[in-house]
Amino acid sequence: MSQHVLSVKVENKSGVLARVVGLFSARGYNIDSLTVNKTHLNDMSVITIVVNGDDKIIEQVKKQLNKLIDVIKVSDHSQTRSIQRELAVVKINTPPAKRVELFQIAQTFHAEIVDLTQKSITLEIVGEPSKVENFIEIVRPYGIQELIQTGQISFAREGNAD
Amino acid sequence: MKGARIVVESLIRENVEVLFGYPGGQVIPIFDALFDSPLKFILSRHEQGAVHAADGYARASGKTGVVLATSGPGATNIVTGLATAYMDSVPLVAITGQVPTQMIGNDAFQEADITGITRPITKHNFLVTDIADLARTIKEAFYIASTGRPGPVLVDIPVNISNAEMEFEYPESVEIRSYKPNYKGHPMQIKKACELIAHSKRPVIYAGGGVIISGATDELRALVKKTGIPVTTTLLGLGAYPETDDIALGMLGMHGTYYANNAVHESDLLIAVGARFDDRVTGKISEFIPHAKVIHIDIDPASVSKNVDVDIPIVGDCKMVLADLVTHVKAPDIAEWVSHVCSVKQSHPLSYDRDSTNLKPQYVVERISALTKGNAIICTEVGQNQMWAAQFYKYTHPRHFISSGGLGTMGYGFPAAIGAQIACPDATVIDIAGDGSIQMNIQELAVAVQHGLPVVIAILNNGFLGMVRQWQQLFWNKRYSHTCMKCAPDFVKLAEAYGAKGLRVDSRDKVDAAIAEALATRDIPTIIDFIVEPEENVYPMVPGGKSVKDTIMRELA
Repeated sequence: MSQHVLSVKVENKSGVLARVVGLFSARGYNIDSLTVNKTHLNDMSVITIVVNGDDKIIEQVKKQLNKLIDVIKVSDHSQTRSIQRELAVVKINTPPAKRVELFQIAQTFHAEIVDLTQKSITLEIVGEPSKVENFIEIVRPYGIQELIQTGQISFAREGNAD
Repeated sequence: MKGARIVVESLIRENVEVLFGYPGGQVIPIFDALFDSPLKFILSRHEQGAVHAADGYARASGKTGVVLATSGPGATNIVTGLATAYMDSVPLVAITGQVPTQMIGNDAFQEADITGITRPITKHNFLVTDIADLARTIKEAFYIASTGRPGPVLVDIPVNISNAEMEFEYPESVEIRSYKPNYKGHPMQIKKACELIAHSKRPVIYAGGGVIISGATDELRALVKKTGIPVTTTLLGLGAYPETDDIALGMLGMHGTYYANNAVHESDLLIAVGARFDDRVTGKISEFIPHAKVIHIDIDPASVSKNVDVDIPIVGDCKMVLADLVTHVKAPDIAEWVSHVCSVKQSHPLSYDRDSTNLKPQYVVERISALTKGNAIICTEVGQNQMWAAQFYKYTHPRHFISSGGLGTMGYGFPAAIGAQIACPDATVIDIAGDGSIQMNIQELAVAVQHGLPVVIAILNNGFLGMVRQWQQLFWNKRYSHTCMKCAPDFVKLAEAYGAKGLRVDSRDKVDAAIAEALATRDIPTIIDFIVEPEENVYPMVPGGKSVKDTIMRELA
């Protein structure tokens, strides 16, 4: 089992996301994370799917995705040099005495303070998924009140075939 | 031009001659446009009958079948038929009416999200929301349905689109940037395949429905002629290679011949052509082909290495790839292997108790085969009738065996036979049915009578849902839970009630005369109610999830 990041270019039409997601549920593949948004081209969107499975399953996932008429291209970014990004917003219990500590953590991780009250601090962090995860683990002991994460996006570096 | 007219004109441009369907509120404009069009319309008695008939029409003719149904229940009634066509790669275009665009999502009368419902059981589907897209969408639907690995495509048309006005301009060609089927096999892969074949000692060709769909039967025959490699076919591959040939091994799989399964098991090279290693073929996957390398020719890349690891995949159209193979292949030295395979064929033939004085269903199928000289188009329902039809009829032509293989849809065979008869008016079309299956779409008898279709319905009437009963007998301690049809209609009277001919046969000596009478009746359909041995089983049988070593040849004690 290994984690794969699939970058799926699709037609920007209604129902396309349902086709992609439906394929995963119908064939019993698990999605770890999913993002979808438009690209610089009006008629194309990119769906980034993080999926776990052995090579055989991943191969099938890719082939089945390619079979969908509205799928333009499937690229496996785990096999290419790529940039992975994720964003998290986390609201942490912060009695005044702990504020400085958390400011320091935020600074270390280049996290941005997006809200601050007497009782809590809300930080926004952007980066590699591992960095975001690491950050969350560091602040967890302070008491997380709320956490929200985007799915992962992935961008192939220049020089790749994809 | 009105949207509804655009639909009809588009169908004409696609060379559609006949469509199957049923009217309803949201398709009244389309039916109005059909009223004075040259298109032939076959009114079913249930939308399921229409979609299976369109499917049977497509399988018998190789053309794209077209079905038209209304929104809501009309659309949901074709769902089983779409799933059936999808599993067996049948080119079909389904047109459904939909509530007006502004009412979609409001739970309007006869509204169903049919594109949502059919997404996983169609090759593709469309909801037309702008009349400017209508003609192009129909063009794309036919293109997608009939190219690559064929399949059903649904076009959902809201009634306000049918009523809107637009200039009619039908596109000459289609360009879908994300859909480019690959037909030509890779020359390097073909070269590798030729090497593997030339050095094989115990090769077997395993031919599936893809050979028939791509029209590759001549190329397959040429390959066999050049190499002398024995051929087994899947259920849907029946007719891809003439069973009258010595090295034809018939069907493989759960109810395949022992000699086909044994040859595949002992093979050192399996050449799969347009087949997809279905579980009914492989049985226990870990014990399937323990000694064999695999060449897999298929147009669908997703079929390759899905169930069985493939050594040499060749993605492409069976016809083109086989033609290339025939050109380059050298015959392997396999005389010893072929004689071994043929001797197993001699020693382990398909059999049943031929001495029994009871009317055996296998005997009925054998007589149908003999009296039609293997030239009839045989449609089947699903279950024991289907397996006996596959085992005991000698198929020699492609598109002459029409059956729901992948989905296993009971109630498929009779409406499919109607479609096949409309596609091939002069052919002898016979639905080999069970007393259970035939009751699932018996209402279509009115269609066959209305159009004077000489379809023969041979009911192998054993009073049971026989295949499930067989499993209950063999694996569930004979607990026949709800598989005994305790109340069935008098099929002879039923035929007569519809205006068809009804015959009953309860002994061996009446079989030939009844078949002959049915074959001679060319203006109305005939039902022959064969009262057969109630607890006859289909053998050989490789039990589900087992391997060829566990084959049950005849009755368990």
